[in-house]
Amino acid sequence: MRVEPRPGDPRITPALVAEHGLTQDEFERLVALLGREPTFTELGVVSALWNEHCSYKHSRPLLRTLPTKAPWVLQGPGENAGVISVGDGLAVAFKIESHNHPSAVEPYQGAATGVGGILRDVFTMGARPIALLDSLRFGSLDSPRVRYLFAGVVKGIGDYGNCVGIPTVGGEVVFDPAYEGNPLVNAMCVGVLHEDELMRAVAEGVGNPIMAVGARTGRDGIHGATFASEDLSEGSDAKRPRVQVGDPFTEKLLLEASLELIGSGHIVAIQDMGAAGLTSSSAEMAARGDVGVTIDTAKVPVRETGMTPYEILLSESQERMLVVAKKGHEEEVRKILAKWELEAAVIGEVIAEPVYRVTEGDRVVAEFPGSRLVTDCPTYTPPAEESAAVREARGRDVSAIPERVEEQDPVWTLEQLLSSPTVASKRWVYRQYDTTVRTNTVVGPGGDAAVVRLRGTKKALALKVDCNGRYVALDPRLGARIAVAESARNVACTGARPRAITNNLNFGNPKRPEVYFQLREAIAGIGEACTALETPVTGGNVSLYNESPQSAVHPTPVIGMVGVLDDVDRAVRSHFHDEGADLVLLGEPTSEIGASEYLARIHGVVAGAPPACDLVGARRLVDTLVGAAEKGALASAHDISEGGLAVSLAECCIMDRDRMLGATIDISAWSTLPLRALLFGEGQNRVIVSTRDLPALKRIAERNRVPLRAIGTVGVAGAPLSIRVGTRLIVTSLERLAAAWHDAIPNIMSRSTAPIAVAATETLTTPVE
Amino acid sequence: MKFGIVTFPGSNCDYDAFHAVTDALGEEARYLWHREHDLAGADVVVLPGGFSYGDYLRAGAIARFSPIMREVVAHAKRGGPVLAICNGFQIACEAGLLPGALLRNESLAFVSETVRLRVENPETMFTAGYEKGQLLRIPIAHGEGRYTADEETLTRLEGDGRVAFRYVGPDGRTDASANPNGSMRAIAGIVSEGGNVLGMMPHPERAVDPLLGSVDGLALFESLLSRVSA
Repeated sequence: MRVEPRPGDPRITPALVAEHGLTQDEFERLVALLGREPTFTELGVVSALWNEHCSYKHSRPLLRTLPTKAPWVLQGPGENAGVISVGDGLAVAFKIESHNHPSAVEPYQGAATGVGGILRDVFTMGARPIALLDSLRFGSLDSPRVRYLFAGVVKGIGDYGNCVGIPTVGGEVVFDPAYEGNPLVNAMCVGVLHEDELMRAVAEGVGNPIMAVGARTGRDGIHGATFASEDLSEGSDAKRPRVQVGDPFTEKLLLEASLELIGSGHIVAIQDMGAAGLTSSSAEMAARGDVGVTIDTAKVPVRETGMTPYEILLSESQERMLVVAKKGHEEEVRKILAKWELEAAVIGEVIAEPVYRVTEGDRVVAEFPGSRLVTDCPTYTPPAEESAAVREARGRDVSAIPERVEEQDPVWTLEQLLSSPTVASKRWVYRQYDTTVRTNTVVGPGGDAAVVRLRGTKKALALKVDCNGRYVALDPRLGARIAVAESARNVACTGARPRAITNNLNFGNPKRPEVYFQLREAIAGIGEACTALETPVTGGNVSLYNESPQSAVHPTPVIGMVGVLDDVDRAVRSHFHDEGADLVLLGEPTSEIGASEYLARIHGVVAGAPPACDLVGARRLVDTLVGAAEKGALASAHDISEGGLAVSLAECCIMDRDRMLGATIDISAWSTLPLRALLFGEGQNRVIVSTRDLPALKRIAERNRVPLRAIGTVGVAGAPLSIRVGTRLIVTSLERLAAAWHDAIPNIMSRSTAPIAVAATETLTTPVE
Repeated sequence: MKFGIVTFPGSNCDYDAFHAVTDALGEEARYLWHREHDLAGADVVVLPGGFSYGDYLRAGAIARFSPIMREVVAHAKRGGPVLAICNGFQIACEAGLLPGALLRNESLAFVSETVRLRVENPETMFTAGYEKGQLLRIPIAHGEGRYTADEETLTRLEGDGRVAFRYVGPDGRTDASANPNGSMRAIAGIVSEGGNVLGMMPHPERAVDPLLGSVDGLALFESLLSRVSA
């Protein structure tokens, strides 16, 4: 069939090509692929598929180096979500995804639709979503604009997840000027399925009908994926129309309908029409099945009149699915959708001819040979070079930075760190999320990792999202290793065995050598740590071009870790709750203070080498925690991270504000270390544990060659936190620490003026600068 | 005893209510789809939490017109027990089964946490398993939970002992900081004039399993079991 330019379509000019984000090389490649000039519709399709967001063109060669296999991995990268087996015939599907750029210009809808998208990625695998987590990064809360973004994002996440009825069980929020112009909003979803119900988004079966299911297609979000593939600029606010609008109620209906469809046996494949909408979902399913497809845009249910094939193909209207049904089962599919008050329309067919064809009625408006349109995108390995400024900052001798006068009272320093918004309690955030719906949340937000039971079994999942972007900025490979090791340690602190990760690589513009260097090194670091910890990568998301006119964000490879706890009754909490229990430090303090929260918060310094991360030691510590939890030898376990030993100890005491327990500690064994490094340094592979069975814990730690030292006891309610270091005695009331940690974010946020408006986007207050 | 759990398309606590009844209480439960026209022999009807029809207009405003609600109202008029939780409470008010209304939380933000409730009246069929003044720990999760009614209605509710639960602080007293949504007189739950409809914003079905931190909601279901089957 002949492809005809559609009357009224713009002519293909170099300017139009550039506007679509295609380079001259890519355009020539396209012309060679087609053997002719593309039509406007074809240019749109290719711009959608070959942008960074969909094609991974700058990251694919690097991602190929990651470890992706283990006996328990049922589905690795390349699908809508990764899937691992957890035993008992059950499997877990999970994935993390970013919605950074939409959230930067429209925080409420940007974040809400991010949650919607990641839910769909999970339930299209046949999994029922059981938990959401969020990894958020903003600039300094001192800025009214940042407070507006923060409040809007949190409300957007809450309103969407709460309505669909999936609990948000954990997450992280980091505040750092590096994210001022470009916040990061990453959402992770975890779902459960029976292994034999696993669904893959592979188009197959010549003659099978392709159906559009769910919400109708409108003009919203056209070129959203392209928007996500460029730097934010002064003009980005004008791209607000590229942000989609979410409807969580329709999502809930689509969730139930999709799971019913998958269970019904009437369909062979299903995929979210997410980034680049109908174009990418149809092209990706065709590519996976190595089949041809034909789509008739005239048959797509639309909610606006006069939509062109170009618009229909590129729309990112939310809450839509593309389904390949079994031939002859169309009516059954429609019936299931109708039960959930949704539509289904046949819009195309799987064909034998190896071609990706789009028609508008009888007219062919786009046709690409082969079934590999998605992977025909060129990949790039641009030059990489570390920034000299970073090298210099890392090499700086931070131990020479003189102490401030106030630091003579370490309790002052501790208070400052506890009230740092990055360290402080995030209850202000998670109080807006339904954390307990579906009644599986054993440990909700606020602990080392969330614990969600798998109903009908003894098992539970432990879930964590984690990254310290400051470490990655100062040493990408080491920082990425730490992100993996720390998320594994957090999961192991609950007693769970870390099993696999999903990752969200948030970086700047890869065409800049210093950014590509960060990306390359960070991926290498993730690979090393995942190999050492036996937690393969099952998929994820790459978000590049996270730059505002001011600067790029810290390179932030967020790790979403999934662990499995065999006996949910053995789940370990982070905080002290057992008066008189022995206190133990697993791991050794060091003299390191580089890249620490202490330096940033107290001295305004972002420099020095991040703490060393011995991956063998990380693995041994994980084994110790899992083994000790199994034997019931852990009363509590809390990782030492931002703010060091003193902050972690304080958190153990004050986390449960209704029942705070003091502690008496003696860490004189390390009194030769500089006091600030001992108290606030962030040396890795350390955990504070309370125990009723010190001998058993000792045996397990020794067997794993993990350093262990008894450092004190858990006190009673009302007792202070008292820390002895040699001749020095540091004593503080818990009320003082609790006020610093619990009240920091509410105090800052109550300064902001009007609350953020609800769903009605138009009425959102414009930020006052 | 048979529990019928109404499922609107946007219900999302139906599953929790189902498991509270079948797993924790050990009784029979079935879902009642919103388009159905009978209660399938249910002794107790549960109107669960969620966002019935999306609730973009006003929580529960559309749900009350559904076919199943006609049956639920008739069941309530016959004196049949109805447990209306969270969105169910909102629907019950919209449907006229209970007086008053649930407005947006005073903070204008969704609030999710475990609150303390004080049992005000242990004489109802829902609260017989509690002591008067007993303090309970029960989760809440709502954006529109501020119980509101005119003075006359409030006085009547109080006088007739129809306030079932109030939000209180750790000392068992009401005060503004312990009131999570700004409800008038810190009201967390009320019963109908006949005592057979309980509306409450907190989720007793989320507090029936020691693994999840509280079992204080279980006695509510047990009360129904002993009172209704007796």
